[in-house]
Amino acid sequence: MVKLVETTDEILLADTARGFLDRAAPIAHLRGLRDAGQVGDDALWGEMVAMGWAGVLVPEAQGGSDMGHAAAGILAREMGRTLATSPFLSTAVIAATALRQGVDSRSGDRLNQIASGQLRYAIALDETSKFAPTMAEMQARRDGNGFRLSGTKRFVVDGAQADRLLVLARTDDGLTVFDLPAGRAGITRHVTPAIDSRDVARIDLADVAATGDDVLGKVGDAMAVLAPAFQAGQAALAAELSGLTSGVFGMTVGYLKERKQFGVPIGAFQTLQHRAAHLWCETEITAAAVLNAGRLLDTTPDQAELAVSLAKARATATAQLAVQEGVQMHGGIGMTDAFDMGFFMKRARVAAEWLGDYGYHAAIVARHRGF
Amino acid sequence: MAQDLEQLRTHWRAWLETNCPDEMRDGPASEADICWGGANWQFASEAQEVWLRRCASVGITVPTWPKEYGGAGLTRDEEKILHQEMKRINARTPLQSFGIWMLGPALLAFGSDAQKQEILPPIARGEIRWCQGYSEPGAGSDLAGVQTRADDCGDHWVVNGQKIWTSYADKADWIFALVRTDRDAPKHKGISFVLIDMHSTGVSTRPIQLISGASPFCETFFDNVQVPKTQVVGQINRGWDVAKYLLTHEREMISAGGALMGGGRALGAVLADSETGNSDPILRADAMRAEIDGLAFGLTLERYKDQVEAGGSVGDASAMLKYAGTELNKRRQELIMGAEGSAALEWEAGLPGSWLRSKANSIEGGTSEVMLGIIAKRILGLPG
Ligand SMILES: Cc1cc2nc3c(=O)[nH]c(=O)nc-3n(C[C@H](O)[C@H](O)[C@H](O)COP(=O)(O)OP(=O)(O)OC[C@H]3O[C@@H](n4cnc5c(N)ncnc54)[C@H](O)[C@@H]3O)c2cc1C
Repeated sequence: MVKLVETTDEILLADTARGFLDRAAPIAHLRGLRDAGQVGDDALWGEMVAMGWAGVLVPEAQGGSDMGHAAAGILAREMGRTLATSPFLSTAVIAATALRQGVDSRSGDRLNQIASGQLRYAIALDETSKFAPTMAEMQARRDGNGFRLSGTKRFVVDGAQADRLLVLARTDDGLTVFDLPAGRAGITRHVTPAIDSRDVARIDLADVAATGDDVLGKVGDAMAVLAPAFQAGQAALAAELSGLTSGVFGMTVGYLKERKQFGVPIGAFQTLQHRAAHLWCETEITAAAVLNAGRLLDTTPDQAELAVSLAKARATATAQLAVQEGVQMHGGIGMTDAFDMGFFMKRARVAAEWLGDYGYHAAIVARHRGF
Repeated sequence: MAQDLEQLRTHWRAWLETNCPDEMRDGPASEADICWGGANWQFASEAQEVWLRRCASVGITVPTWPKEYGGAGLTRDEEKILHQEMKRINARTPLQSFGIWMLGPALLAFGSDAQKQEILPPIARGEIRWCQGYSEPGAGSDLAGVQTRADDCGDHWVVNGQKIWTSYADKADWIFALVRTDRDAPKHKGISFVLIDMHSTGVSTRPIQLISGASPFCETFFDNVQVPKTQVVGQINRGWDVAKYLLTHEREMISAGGALMGGGRALGAVLADSETGNSDPILRADAMRAEIDGLAFGLTLERYKDQVEAGGSVGDASAMLKYAGTELNKRRQELIMGAEGSAALEWEAGLPGSWLRSKANSIEGGTSEVMLGIIAKRILGLPG
């Protein structure tokens, strides 16, 4: 029976991750990268790889630790708490899950390379401004035995640093995933740092050659590979959002206790108490949905769609409330760049859009619930 | 273990198949159809009575209570299996009562052996109906302000005072009440938790009508009522500990009920069945949000139960369950009324009753504002 409590191993994992991130990737780290105009930190990712995080969803036979989705969620949550930046979600969660769907010798090698930190992946999916996996228009034209891909992908998270790209394109047989080296002739990447200062790229493909060997899964059957990968990513992103929420909430409650006005801590005012208490209720409820999504992906993945969308929708809404209340309750200082609050707000906005916004996931929940 | 649970499932499935009357495989048609039990209980049907007796005989009116007190001694996982099997055939809850939800857990934690042995089995069998005498005209949110007093007369107490909002006081056999036993002590320290027979000389009740048209609760008066000393639960003057423990259970119960009210039907199904609900974009969007929040809330209840079973406790977080669950139920009820439109506006439809009743959810058992105050101070540690 699925248990919504963390096991001793999970608590240990969370503690270790927390200790590491507080030291190696506090918010100041993200600020430093932003000020230096950088979107990633290879050394930081190297340390995460060394701890086995890159292989969290890679089977042991392929050199991974195969800890599962609940564990991946715990890592993502802890990263969200300090706004740590890394290619974890794109590479270790989404790409690894995609590559796991029917492992053959090629994808097996790549899983190995993900676990050992030699490969970073990004998912080149959307062409419009909303997450819409099945709406890709990019054509993969037949050319002899192979294909030619042309077009532009937008909002490719971790796209600038990636070594390989999973590109979604349309063949005569339907949507197909291509697993391409990012340096292949005809691919150009434009770094378009998002408001949260992380790695987001626009990627142009100009007559890029691909062969049958570059196809991941079956031609025309992209969703068999991508649907589980998206769910894994959405669940982990929901976890990241819940970590972000507890990070910003912790800051806010701390401030309520310390900031004085009218001779008393502002946390003594009932209006603020009630709003903080309401926010805490929302975070608790979301935490249950997030944990449940990870559990179902581990136990009954083919029945996890509702749970995953529920988690992503709730986590998106709760994070939005937390950052809004966070800025408001901090007053003027909350609006300054010198203070960390704005970083939370920006990351929450980007994560709200990535892999489907509230409405996208609400519609999935609604479909499951007979609307 | 998983195998044991599967065996248990087979066992309950067979038991329910043989023992659950067909009439009890369907939700109660109205509030009158819910079985509350008690000395004067009139069963709504023969099936209702048979169902209660059979369930009580195997302890599943209170599945997790120890067998010696009328329960079935199930673990939570085992109880879950039972409930899943009951739900599968839509079997009705055999008995509802304040004895099960509130007094029972408090007695299991604070009662003497004699009290447990005497009081718990009749609750499990549905023979004695209890009501809760906490609130007073001057003690609502500030419950520790109770003034109903019990004076020490050697071998017994004499109780005088008034309670208000006592649900089902006119139908109950016994009342568990908070009374002041030390008027000089600080207000939390002078309260005792006593059990009083509603048929004692000097107890009287007067019904109060609700906005829903129903009249389920009363004013309760105590005029020189004699109460034996053995009927104090826990220590004298330390009743607040018992009261708080019981309130935690009450809050969890109200919140769980909150999540399920409205038949626990998915709002999508309600909209789809209504004439126009599904085509109203605002209503639909609001319902989708409420559905998401409701599902997540259900998981939160599960998570807390799992935590308790793993050796943790819910404690002050029950205030969160109470607050979130009841606000959610009010939203659901508003949406259902909106979906049904004018069809919901006649008393005969039954809907206005549940809608109006739901407004009390965020008042009874402690108001939403009080819950938020508890969270702010005890969980978040905010000052003041
Ligand atoms: C249907 C129903 C059934 C009930 N059944 C029972 C029963 O069986 N037994 C029993 O003992 N009682 C019962 N009650 C009583 C219930 O517990 C009380 O109504 C409740 O505790 C609120 O007290 P009050 O009505 O005196 O409101 P008040 O305490 O007067 O509150 C009025 C308003 O002021 C707000 N308020 C009060 N203090 C604060 C504060 N510190 N901060 C912010 N806001 C505050 C409240 O939130 C509320 O909005 C029942 C009530 C209802 C509606």
